[in-house]
Amino acid sequence: MTRPLINRIPWTLIVFLVLLPVPFLGSRFYTFVATDIVILSLFATSLNLLLGTTGLVTFGHAAYFSIGAYTTALLMKNLGFPFLPSWIAGGLMAAGFALVFGFFCVRLTKIYFAMLTLAFAQIVWAICFKWNDVTGGEQGLPNVPYPGLDWMEVLPLIGDLRVSDKFYYVALALVALCYAALRRITLSPFGRVLTVIRDNPERAQFIGVNVRLYELAAFMVSGAFAGLSGALFGIFNRGVFPDFAFWTKSAEPLIMTILGGMAHFWGPAVGAAALILLNQQITSYTEYWPFVLGGVLIVLLFVFPGGIVGTLTKLGRRIGGRDA
Amino acid sequence: MEPSFLFGQFLGGLTAAMFLFLIASGLSLIFGVLRVLNFAHGSFYMLGAYLAFQFVQWVGPRTEGFWLAALGAACGIAVLGGLVERLLLRHLYGREELYQLLFTYALVLILGDVAKITWGTGQLSVSRPPSLEGSLNLLGVIVPHYNLFIILLGPTIALIFWFVLQRTSVGRIVRAAAQDREMLSSLGANVGMVYTGMFMVGSFLAGLGGALVTPTQSIVPGMDVAIIVEAFIVVVIGGLGSFWGTFLGALIFGQVLSFGILIFPRFSIFAVSALMAVILIVRPWGLLGRPLR
Repeated sequence: MTRPLINRIPWTLIVFLVLLPVPFLGSRFYTFVATDIVILSLFATSLNLLLGTTGLVTFGHAAYFSIGAYTTALLMKNLGFPFLPSWIAGGLMAAGFALVFGFFCVRLTKIYFAMLTLAFAQIVWAICFKWNDVTGGEQGLPNVPYPGLDWMEVLPLIGDLRVSDKFYYVALALVALCYAALRRITLSPFGRVLTVIRDNPERAQFIGVNVRLYELAAFMVSGAFAGLSGALFGIFNRGVFPDFAFWTKSAEPLIMTILGGMAHFWGPAVGAAALILLNQQITSYTEYWPFVLGGVLIVLLFVFPGGIVGTLTKLGRRIGGRDA
Repeated sequence: MEPSFLFGQFLGGLTAAMFLFLIASGLSLIFGVLRVLNFAHGSFYMLGAYLAFQFVQWVGPRTEGFWLAALGAACGIAVLGGLVERLLLRHLYGREELYQLLFTYALVLILGDVAKITWGTGQLSVSRPPSLEGSLNLLGVIVPHYNLFIILLGPTIALIFWFVLQRTSVGRIVRAAAQDREMLSSLGANVGMVYTGMFMVGSFLAGLGGALVTPTQSIVPGMDVAIIVEAFIVVVIGGLGSFWGTFLGALIFGQVLSFGILIFPRFSIFAVSALMAVILIVRPWGLLGRPLR
């Protein structure tokens, strides 16, 4: 079976190339927004490995995001570790916690699964909030250092840019690598089995798939990438705070995913971009962004349940004359 | 440690537990019948508090009008809940749970801002009604009359609900709706009305909890997202959809919080979340609940 043309286009590379000139658009603000989108889209896409691919509704993804953020920030700020090992450690730590928490979560189904993921996330939040000696408690960890980017000075064009622009390139390159990995995982035989589990767990069990083991693996991989995203976000945000683990933070990637469309690999990324751009627009008019977001979410749930990508695909099929 | 100190700690936990029971019982009723986990329940609680504050301003602070204000606030929230269920939530029953969850989360966002727009972001407070301003010395512990009232109100409401659910025809229909919606509707009962009614009753309890909590703590934005997690913990400990389970869950939560502070001063919020996780791992359907089919 040949893969359809649309899957053979190296989308990750194309998006990466399209996003390269952002710092040269002339505004510090564009770079800021683009960095935000790039990092948080990875958070949403990591969630979608559970939600869209495996069909598991988690309400505690902020746990892994914050574990990655705290681990990397602590290593860089307090122990003076270089960026790259700290970043990888953030992902590994998140994966470790996801493995332990996931071990218990995947034994449950549906609403109980969602509740247990929420419970673990609240435990992580409580620890971040109260363990003053390590996590800084309520005050969090401000002033997380930027990675040492002096080596970039030898690069043409980029060498003269601001630190925040350079960090944008670091984030973009690393997130692109993560996307390439996630894409491979989703299209691999492992990813296919996850889809089978989503569509019919009983049948998957009958044909000999160890459903729990696969779900646990998906949980761990998803947590690892959430951690990598959180680690980048902590540096971008110049600080890591307990809010990163609060349950409302777990709703963010869910909304991004639903907004973009969870049935598509790129849905969460599109959703993240749309949500952040909308946020920037709205917050320049009013401080009541949550109100607008809630309204958008309701319209989305009732009118466009497939999200942006889902709706566009449907539209494309209708124009193309094929049955949707 | 002195026994009177421990007793005081116990009573503090008991008061907190009865407040939580008021709120969590509504959440549990709604889940038991509608199978919807309502994140907006905490927002109803917060709006109940704000409404009570508003009504108290109108009827006059420090008067017995407090009771009218509290009841009015709870009824207002019940109407709001009814509208939400009738106009919106109803259309999502056939959809996946995720859509219902996100819908109720959208309400959290909207209602949180509505409260901020209407009442601002400052702290508001309501004084106790004059009839319950005093306090009483119980075994060496000074207990405000108001707290005593709350401690007695919890079991009273629990008994009323037990009676209505177990001993009346309305209760029979509600229990039937929780067990088998289609069978009940084919027997001629108006299931849609039962759903709306239960959502209103649940919202009423949230609003009442919010209104009655105002004399004991100040009203602030953010009390919605904080309380909902606590209410989740309570219903999970007791068993989602189990009424007495919620009562037990609230009692346990209150005491763990109250005595947890003595043992691990910093980690009592950790202790209750951990308790929720342990219950879900060992007995996902809670202490008194039954496994979902």
